[in-house]
Formats: sequence, C-alpha cells, structure tokens
Amino acid sequence: MAILEARDVHIAFGGVQALQGVDLTLNEGEILAVIGPNGAGKTTLMNCISGWYKPDKGRILLEGRDITGLPADKVAAAGIGRTFQNTAIFHGLTVLENIMVGAHLWMRSNFLSCMLYWNLAQKEEIEVREFAEEIIDFLEIEHIRRTPAGALPMGLRRRVELGRALAMRPKVLLLDEPMAGLNVEEKEDMARFVLDVNEEWGLPVILIEHDMGVVMDISDRVMVLDYGRKIAEGTPDEVRQNPKVINAYLGVQSEAV
Amino acid sequence: MIYRETGVHHTTYRTDMALFRVPLARWSVAGLLVVAVVIPFFATDYWFSAILIPFLTFTIATLGLNLMTGYAGQVSLGHAAFIAVGGYTATILLIYDIPFLAAVVLGGLMAALVGLVFGIPSARIKGLYLAMATLAAQFVLPWAISRVVPLVVPTGLAVAGGDTVYPPRPNLFGLEIDSLFERYFVSLAILVVMTVFAMNLVRTRVGRAWVAIRDHDVAAKILGVNITHYKLLAFAIGSFYAGVSGALMVFFYYGVAHVGEFNLDLSLKLLGAIIIGGLGSIIGSFFGTAFIILLPIFLNISLTFLGNAAGFQVSSGIIAGIENIVFGALVVVLLIVEPLGLAKFWQNVKDYFRLWPFSY
Ligand SMILES: Nc1ncnc2c1ncn2[C@@H]1O[C@H](COP(=O)(O)OP(=O)(O)OP(=O)(O)O)[C@@H](O)[C@H]1O
Ligand SMILES: [Mg+2]
Repeated sequence: MAILEARDVHIAFGGVQALQGVDLTLNEGEILAVIGPNGAGKTTLMNCISGWYKPDKGRILLEGRDITGLPADKVAAAGIGRTFQNTAIFHGLTVLENIMVGAHLWMRSNFLSCMLYWNLAQKEEIEVREFAEEIIDFLEIEHIRRTPAGALPMGLRRRVELGRALAMRPKVLLLDEPMAGLNVEEKEDMARFVLDVNEEWGLPVILIEHDMGVVMDISDRVMVLDYGRKIAEGTPDEVRQNPKVINAYLGVQSEAV
Repeated sequence: MIYRETGVHHTTYRTDMALFRVPLARWSVAGLLVVAVVIPFFATDYWFSAILIPFLTFTIATLGLNLMTGYAGQVSLGHAAFIAVGGYTATILLIYDIPFLAAVVLGGLMAALVGLVFGIPSARIKGLYLAMATLAAQFVLPWAISRVVPLVVPTGLAVAGGDTVYPPRPNLFGLEIDSLFERYFVSLAILVVMTVFAMNLVRTRVGRAWVAIRDHDVAAKILGVNITHYKLLAFAIGSFYAGVSGALMVFFYYGVAHVGEFNLDLSLKLLGAIIIGGLGSIIGSFFGTAFIILLPIFLNISLTFLGNAAGFQVSSGIIAGIENIVFGALVVVLLIVEPLGLAKFWQNVKDYFRLWPFSY
C-alpha cells in the first residue's frame, strides 16, 4: 500500500531541468533509498515533497490526499517530517528545545496561555517534555540535553535533527544524507537508529544516501535518479546489476578523473 | 545570584521545568526583590529620578525589544515610536478618566496594534531591509502623533503646538500615585509582572518558535512553524511592551508626553542596550538598560573629576560626545567578540560557581 506518491514531477531552475517526470512510490513500513550522482535531483525531489519547492508539473499525494503546492508548514502538519543534507539545527536552542520545536506543530497552547504558563500551556509543556525525553533516550543523547545545539559536532547534530523530525510524529520520514560527514562508528549508529525507527515505530522512510554499503544493507527498495530522471528502481540487488546504473556511476567517475 | 546545582536532582519534569530550577536561583531572585524593596528607603530624590525610575520603566521597553529582536530576530529601529504610541494613548485615556491600570494596558494594546501593522513587511523581507522598513515607523508615527493628538486632547491641556501633553495625576484604586516613592513601587510591580510574562513566553512553545525562526527560518517552516504568524506576534508583543513602558515613562519619568523624546536616538539606544546586555536574554535586558542609564552618569562624574584634577572645565557637550563614542565602540566590540553580551559574562560566572565546590 502506497503511503506517499509523487507522480510525474517536473521542475526547472532557469535553464536547468532538475526533475523531468519523476515518479516515486513509498509503501507502508518500508525504507526506500534514493540514490544518484551529485546534482541528480535527489534533494530537489525532497524539497518538492516537503512543499519547499512547488513542482512545475506533477502531483504529490500523501495517503491519497493531494498535498501539491501546500505551503511547507501545512505539508509538515499533513505528516511529512524531514532532515537536511546541510544540517539545519537551531543553534541558539538546547538539544532538548530543538527536539521540542519538532512537537510545535501538534501543540495547542496559544501565546496567552504560554505567557501566563497557565493550565493548558503548563500541562502541555510537561507532556511534550516527557515525549522529548523518550526520543532523547532512544537516540542516546541524554548527556547533552541541555547543551546549545550550535556547540555540537556534526555526528550529534545529525542525531538531534533526526530527533526533531521524530518529534513531529510524522507519517513519513525523509532523510537527506543523514550519514554525510560522519565517521564509521557514527554511521553505524545512525543506520541502527534508522532501522529502529522503521521497525519499532513502523515509520516509512525515504533515505538519500551515497554510501552504497549502507544503502544495500538497510533499504527495502532503491530508486536511482540521474540528470533529473528515474533510471532504475527495484531491490538493492536488482539495482546493483542494472547496466544503466553502473553506467551513470561510472560516467561520473570517468568525468571526475 | 550563583546557581549551585550540586546535590539538586529533580524527580519530576514539573519541578525540572519550574521558572527557577535550582533553589539557590529562587533564593537569589527573592534576595534581589528584597533589595529592590529596600533601596527606595535609602534613595535620594536624585537616585529615584535619574536612575531607579528610568531603569524600571526603560527595562520594560528593552524586554520587549529583546523578545522581538533578540529572540525572534526581527530587528526594529522603530521601538521609540511604539513607546510614543503607548505613552500618548495612555495619557489621553487618563485625561478622559479611564483608570490608571486600564490606561496603561490599553496604551500597550494600541502600541501592539500599530507595531503589528509596521511588522507586516516582515512577512516578505528580513534583516537590513526589514530594519529599514521599521525605520518608517520612526518617521511616520511621531508625525502622525503631532497631527492627531491636538485633535483629541481638550484645548488647554496641550501645549507647544498641541503635541506636548501633561497627563493628570494617575491614581490606583483611589490612591494618588504622586511621590517618587509611589512611582517607584508601581513601576516595580509592573516590571516584575512583565518580566515573568517574558520569561514564560521564551521558555514555552512561542519562545522556541521565535528562536527557531531567528536561527533557521527554512527549517522552522519545514517543521511546521507558521513563520508569518510568529513574526507578527513578535512585533505585537514587543510593541505591547514598548507601549506599556511608554505609559509609565510619561506618567512617572518624564511627567509629560513630548513626542521629541521618542526619537530615532532612543530607538538606537535601546537596540544598543540589548546588544550590550545580551541578545536573546531576559537578564541581558536588565544589564543593558542599567548600562545605558549609568554610562552617562558615570562618565559625567569621572570626566568632571578628571577635568577638575587637571584644572580645566569639561563641557557637557564633550561628555555627551564621549558617551556616544564609548557606547558605539562597545556595541561594535561586543557584536564582534561576544554577541551574547554582558549576559554571557554573567553566564560564565554562574557556570563557574554552579557546580561549586565540585567544579570538575
Ligand atoms: N534553488 C535552486 N536554484 C537553482 N538551481 C537549483 C536549485 N535547487 C537545485 N538546483 C539544481 O538542480 C540540480 C539538482 O540538485 P540537487 O541538489 O537536487 O542534487 P542532489 O541529487 O541532491 O545532489 P547531491 O548529491 O550533491 O546532494 C542541480 O543542478 C542544482 O544546481
Ligand atoms: Mg542533495
């Protein structure tokens, strides 16, 4: 059963056709890896899904509901949580507060009750704090809960960002290169968290990743983008054998040489 | 106020999330309040009118500006204009026999409304461009005030072309607020309430959304924060604080609503105060206000003293010039070396003693 679908998505920037008729299907409970050479359009596709870019053509459907063209905050409220390729944590907030911002969209207290710290606001703050602590436990970051996020190294920033996205209680999680810039040990931790999120919370995940080892290990299906087009899709093994994929990657390598 | 954390363990999130988490913090705040209550029994008239009352009333304004600029990241060069709106509104309401507290709150609300309108550009522009747009408030509002006020103030109460208005003596529940002593306590009570409100805002959902927008507006939006809503809220609440402080300035400090006081110079001073005190810090607003009030007094005394010692007269023009240089230089230096301002130095002292005697 498809929970998220992108149909025939097109988008151009000036003369650059970043996406040309891309289809994507994410099924309930699966991890879908999106791979492709640099500049293939992976991040652009995520930006279209999360409402940051409006596709020139095509639709985005979440549980069958059309969310194309909704403003990004409404898309978040509809149930799409994500992290960013170039981490985008809130430097001035602590780790705990960063994660609590994730809960912002489903919290209800308005500015008056916040100002008075009355009844609803107080109850809700404590509730959300408890919820955030569960995420903090899960990600094993208890020791830094009161550290300003701006002071953290990359490995922990990526973890905090994952925590923040989880606090949104999303229906779908988009992870844009969550392992970029991490060392081997940190990558293993992150891979474990992604698997746990998927298995224990039953959350479907779209994972953009360059590390083929990780992709082959943890994804159920793989989709390959090149120059804004989908060139292959299937199980990790099928995709690895696909001559088009080999070509795309070899092409990049020979260009790079 | 030294926050010793050693030996303090919270067993519920409720106590861990209290306004002052550590008993020593609670005690030091209590101690500070005691000092605030005792000081006026020893203060001279000069202390009241040159230091204490301006400190209490201006701090409300810097608190508001810090919520807007320090927390939400919306730079405003029009704060003095919103102060003026509050000051005039409250004065006029008092003339029409509206009770004191209601006049102050309504002054704040009127400023909030006007601030909201001048905040609308923030939906589209930010940073320097937004600062320029708020500068418009600083030019438009005093002009509008000088046009509108003569129309609504009964003749005889306004002087100097109609835009200088003396408020009647305010009274609280039938008691006149007249002496410096009384003005001090009424201002103190209102400042305490406004401070608690500000602290509550910044530690809850609203404050987190503001800082999120300030630090990374794209991420904030993609996490579901309605950016425009929270920016406008920052303008409205920041201007509400400005309006309330304006009412108290007019009633208790200046004793008159005079549009010339609320000029660009004041807006820049307040902005400098929160930069020096600490952007995004409640206590920083207190430090910053104390700084802008004490700096001229300190320079005046020390330069006059030095001048006398060296045997020449230091003119007030020179002192004012030096004040501007020192102030400007400090703003620049702090922006470069310590954007968190005096509050950061304070934090360092606290961190040192927090775990004392086990500071390892
Ligand atoms: N906002 C934008 N303005 C102009 N061009 C853009 C914009 N966003 C993306 N592009 C272009 O679209 C193309 C795809 O970029 P995208 O960032 O999606 O690639 P990617 O697959 O995520 O690459 P990487 O692996 O390097 O992250 C690139 O040519 C990029 O320059
Ligand atoms: Mg990318």
